[in-house]
Amino acid sequence: MGFKNYCFKKSLWVFHFGGASCNNCDIEILDCLTPRHDLERFGILLVGSIRHADVLLVNGSINIRDKERLIEVYNQAPKPILVVAIGACGCTGGLFTESYTFAGPVDKIIPVNAYIPGCPPKPEAIIAGIVKLVQNS
Amino acid sequence: MAVNLFYFLVFPGLLFAAGVGAFLSWFDRKITARVQFRQGPPLLQPFYDFFKLLLVKETILPKYGSPLIFLLAPIFAVFGATMAGVFILLPLLNITTGFRGDLLVIFYLLTIPSFSYIIGALASGNPLAAVGGSREMKLILSYELTFLLLIAGIIMKCGQRFDLYTIIQIQQTGSPFISSISGVILFIVGIFCVQAKLALVPFDMPEAEAEITEGIFIEYSGAAYAMIKLTKYIMFFVLPAFLIALLMNGFRLDGIHILWAVLKVLAVVLLITLIRNTNPRVKIKQAIKFFVIWMNLLAVIALVLIEFGY
Repeated sequence: MGFKNYCFKKSLWVFHFGGASCNNCDIEILDCLTPRHDLERFGILLVGSIRHADVLLVNGSINIRDKERLIEVYNQAPKPILVVAIGACGCTGGLFTESYTFAGPVDKIIPVNAYIPGCPPKPEAIIAGIVKLVQNS
Repeated sequence: MAVNLFYFLVFPGLLFAAGVGAFLSWFDRKITARVQFRQGPPLLQPFYDFFKLLLVKETILPKYGSPLIFLLAPIFAVFGATMAGVFILLPLLNITTGFRGDLLVIFYLLTIPSFSYIIGALASGNPLAAVGGSREMKLILSYELTFLLLIAGIIMKCGQRFDLYTIIQIQQTGSPFISSISGVILFIVGIFCVQAKLALVPFDMPEAEAEITEGIFIEYSGAAYAMIKLTKYIMFFVLPAFLIALLMNGFRLDGIHILWAVLKVLAVVLLITLIRNTNPRVKIKQAIKFFVIWMNLLAVIALVLIEFGY
């Protein structure tokens, strides 16, 4: 188990699911992959297909239309998969909690492994969240 | 029999080629990172990726497709790449002399991984995979003739000899083919063919990541995707090694020459990586035009130059 878990921690491939986001969190997530923060030195890659993903990043408020798509994406992911909710909207709903299209924060829909609050969270905060996720998984 | 199995599974075959290929793929990622002023992944990153996919992740089978062919395709791909690797590396590392006409066998074996990808993609039943598969097919149709012309040029250059071992020996007793004008032209043609065969950036439309989300590999996960990664690692070593055997003198494994052999592989991979980092992805139409018109023209010019002895 030790070897398997070690390999898994050393090569987390990330799939990015954007809900009804204001795009601020998306930009901060992309910031993590830029030369300044460079997540590839920890083996973290952004992949295009959910079939290759180990981590599902969810940001933005999840509205009624996003809900079924999020469940579909989660079901299509090969297990084990870690889910990270990013930003105030992903963690709690934030500004949109009382909106009539809001379908609950991410953890009401799929199990979440880590929360990274902030509006938007800094790239440093996202990296710190991923590091804590890796240490505790 | 035992010796052949050893050749296939351990020394020049599966284990060795995959190990060196994994190192070269790390080298490629590191150089890419340095070009973009990043730090890049650690040395063992390809091994972590491979073992994570093989041991940890779940393999999902397609619902609307053919699961058997979907799973067999990566195994065929590994087999084709390994066989090509064995036939190339045995004469190159001076272990055995190969056989008459092994150049053509290698030519056919090198296409097996691409064909397996197409079969696997079409068996997955995903429309984006079908788009990727058809692009890969068009790409094969365009670069195969150029690659054959390159091999024809080499055969003409060494006086109608069809085996890799003789080609390497002729270069080692005389001068490497790349030291002539026609050799340089053939090298340019060859490096673009290798780029297309490896599906690296100017010619990566079959697996265009941002456009059709990995295309032919979109449905692969877990152990099946690990096999595809393994094929990619092996091809990343075997194709530059083939180019070195054809044009750049091959390897000599005595004393200081080992260093030259390593440097030659690294130089070719560096060139491939720099091409991949400084070019955008072209459209499939442009790629076909590039190979069918311009690269074929260059190869034919090289053939004419060889005929006149340059």
